[in-house]
Amino acid sequence: MRKLNILTRGLSAVAGLILSGSVAFAAGAGGKIVERDWSFSGPFGNFDKASLQRGFQVYREVCSGCHGLDFIAFRNLADLGYNEAEIKAIAAEYEVEDGPNDEGEMFMRPGIPADRFPNPFANENAARAANGGAYPPDLSLMVKARPNGANYLYSLLTGYEDAPESMDVPDGMHYNSAYSGNMIAMGQPIWGDDISLAGDGDTSMEALAADVVTFLAWTSEPEMETRKRTGIAAMAFLLVMCFVSYGSMRYIWSDVKK
Amino acid sequence: MTDTAENKGRRDFIVVASNTMMAVGAAAVAYPLINQMNPAADTLALASIEVNVGALAEGQAITVKWRGKPVFIRHRTAEEIAAANDTSVDDLRDPETDADRVQKPEMLVIQGICTHLGCVPLGQKVGEIKGDFNGWFCPCHGSHYDTSGRIRKGPAPTNLEVPPYAFISDNVIKIG
Amino acid sequence: MQTQNFKSPVVRWIDHRLPIFSFMHHELHEYPTPKNLNYLWNLGSLAGLALVTMIVTGIILAMHYTPHVDHAFESVERIMRDVNQGWLIRYIHMNGASFFFIVVFIHIFRGLYYGSYKAPRELLWILGVLILLLMMATAFMGYVLPWGQMSFWGATVITNLFSAIPFVGESIVIWLWGGFSVDNPTLSRFFALHYLMPFLIVGVVILHIIALHRFGSNNPLGIDVNGKQDTLPFHPYYTSKDLFGAVVFLTIFASAVFFYPNYLGHPDNYIPANPLQTPAHIVPEWYFLPFYAILRAIPDKLGGVLFMFGAIAVLFILPWLDKSPVRSGRFRPIFKVFFWLLLADCVLLGWLGAKPAEGIYVILSRLATAWYFMHFLVVLPLLSYVEKTRPLPQSISTPVMGGAAMAGSAAPREKPDA
Repeated sequence: MRKLNILTRGLSAVAGLILSGSVAFAAGAGGKIVERDWSFSGPFGNFDKASLQRGFQVYREVCSGCHGLDFIAFRNLADLGYNEAEIKAIAAEYEVEDGPNDEGEMFMRPGIPADRFPNPFANENAARAANGGAYPPDLSLMVKARPNGANYLYSLLTGYEDAPESMDVPDGMHYNSAYSGNMIAMGQPIWGDDISLAGDGDTSMEALAADVVTFLAWTSEPEMETRKRTGIAAMAFLLVMCFVSYGSMRYIWSDVKK
Repeated sequence: MTDTAENKGRRDFIVVASNTMMAVGAAAVAYPLINQMNPAADTLALASIEVNVGALAEGQAITVKWRGKPVFIRHRTAEEIAAANDTSVDDLRDPETDADRVQKPEMLVIQGICTHLGCVPLGQKVGEIKGDFNGWFCPCHGSHYDTSGRIRKGPAPTNLEVPPYAFISDNVIKIG
Repeated sequence: MQTQNFKSPVVRWIDHRLPIFSFMHHELHEYPTPKNLNYLWNLGSLAGLALVTMIVTGIILAMHYTPHVDHAFESVERIMRDVNQGWLIRYIHMNGASFFFIVVFIHIFRGLYYGSYKAPRELLWILGVLILLLMMATAFMGYVLPWGQMSFWGATVITNLFSAIPFVGESIVIWLWGGFSVDNPTLSRFFALHYLMPFLIVGVVILHIIALHRFGSNNPLGIDVNGKQDTLPFHPYYTSKDLFGAVVFLTIFASAVFFYPNYLGHPDNYIPANPLQTPAHIVPEWYFLPFYAILRAIPDKLGGVLFMFGAIAVLFILPWLDKSPVRSGRFRPIFKVFFWLLLADCVLLGWLGAKPAEGIYVILSRLATAWYFMHFLVVLPLLSYVEKTRPLPQSISTPVMGGAAMAGSAAPREKPDA
């Protein structure tokens, strides 16, 4: 059904293109979605390591207050280009619950590379209570869990605008042009210049949003680079084999009269 | 097409090439199908552990779990070290000096798996039976180990194994 | 069956006592196959390849998967992230289901066009429809296992279909669930059944092949083979052709697995199941969409369910609906038009299945559903009487028109041992 969805969406996008001549925006699920070129899109795409590290910093300093990263362990950060010592140091900055100890109590200890990122809240109810009833979803799979995930998240993060006059936005809600229904509980997370990056990294809102989306694309599909590399080898082999097995078939069939 | 010798040769070549590629492809597919049973990344991440023994007082022992099995760490007393060193190696079933089995004489690190049939010997906790040689005693079939974890009496064939470990600082042991 | 004289004494010794080598030689090597088969006849072996792929990857996934509501989603993510090449195995299994259906759908439409369901191959056809039914049940239960949002709500909606049955419906649904909603008992039993059913499919596939080998393959001309001059031994002719077809199939399949693995899936299934919140748009997997469209086209709960199952049931009686003695659509000018209409109708139903059930889509769904049943229940029986078919060729090897080769007179490939 996604194929059909995309087919129809593609058709409507083509129609829109003919009518308006605008390529930048395509209709998404209820909101305005900005289409961007990502380092990781396409069969030859790779994650931009520097962007991943910046995105990780954005996650740590901005998102991690509310959003968990349940399926990512510190050891996975090796994919971002960190070495073992750096990973150990990052892990040790987090407190992880362990236990029970000999007295039967749970206790906190510094994280080790094998630990997963601790969730900011003990459970969903605690998360809801701290966020006015809204549940900040786990981000590990977010890019895969939304249609057109990377573009959608980027559009969401950069889509905070003043609400149109006609719209009455209640307290605790915010206007967002990308969000379905345009009203979202999460306040604008990235404003630009929120954090200081090593070197002279671009700290504009757009750049930081792109970095964190790149990071989340990696958390969704950490196997992506291996997958595409393996895929290119497999395709090369299979394409050659298409010709060879076709040749073999033709030779075997060459003595058959039509 | 006429079946000249030359054609026959080419025909055989392309058929052999096709069959060879099929075999190579099958082998390439077999690799992930077999390799998936090897330990996964999360299992391997716990293949080595670090233990802080700073709080372990003389005479005390702790058991830690390493690769799903117990490892005994005993902070030995002077008498226990002396007893281990005074034993004549020639009398042992599995001759090994105490010095071969420890990196620091006061800190004995051994795998808590009886070499007979894999039970966990007693002797770690205060009050547990330590056997005739004041080390460990396996209740399953009555193997007695001394204060160096060497087999002295009973059916077990070899000494308690020493796992690969290293002191990465004065008090932290990395096992595995 | 005649036993063969094999060169190797070991093979001979075994074959004398257990004629497995003779059997394989007979059925896979010298098996006489019409020489004029086109590439559409590759789809049968491709379906077999897809089935084996699904079983192999499925058994592997079962080694790592945990069928429990608290762990299912996480164990799938562990397969994707930590198990060695687990992502590859899972993506093959996930996309393999879609490709299996693509292959089987083409296989079915090939049978429809060339009249492969006609005498003496009625049971062959019926066994095939049975395989389709088993595949649908297997695919449905497999989709529940990752325990994402679509898994959960798909399971809820589909199991609720049975509540349409009068009097006992409610009890049946509770029995299916093992509780009062889709929950842990449901997941466990679906896992057990999802593991079992592929082996039932293998069993029916074996029967399907036995029935096939009784009279041999149908062919694009739809006429019976007259003798050796019309056939080729299966090996090496059709083995080499099947290999080429398999490589082309695998190339397309690999491009999906490696580059667009989630294209045919739904993003919502990467959200863990939440029994308190239904996703905004729930749709089944693409291969169920035509049936889903039929279900929604009928404004009555029981009626919808009956028509949906009826869409498959009508295939079971197809050999007796189409009475035309000519098998191949090549020689049936009017049938040919209706065949393409039916294909378009099924594609239209698939498209409608993905659309919201409102406005024009409902009307179109009803028309398309009506046409689907019209085709089988009215058009085909009528055509049998009114259609003037084109003359059939004399035989496969002599393409002279004007012969009177009658379908239905096919001789079995071999006489039963006297």
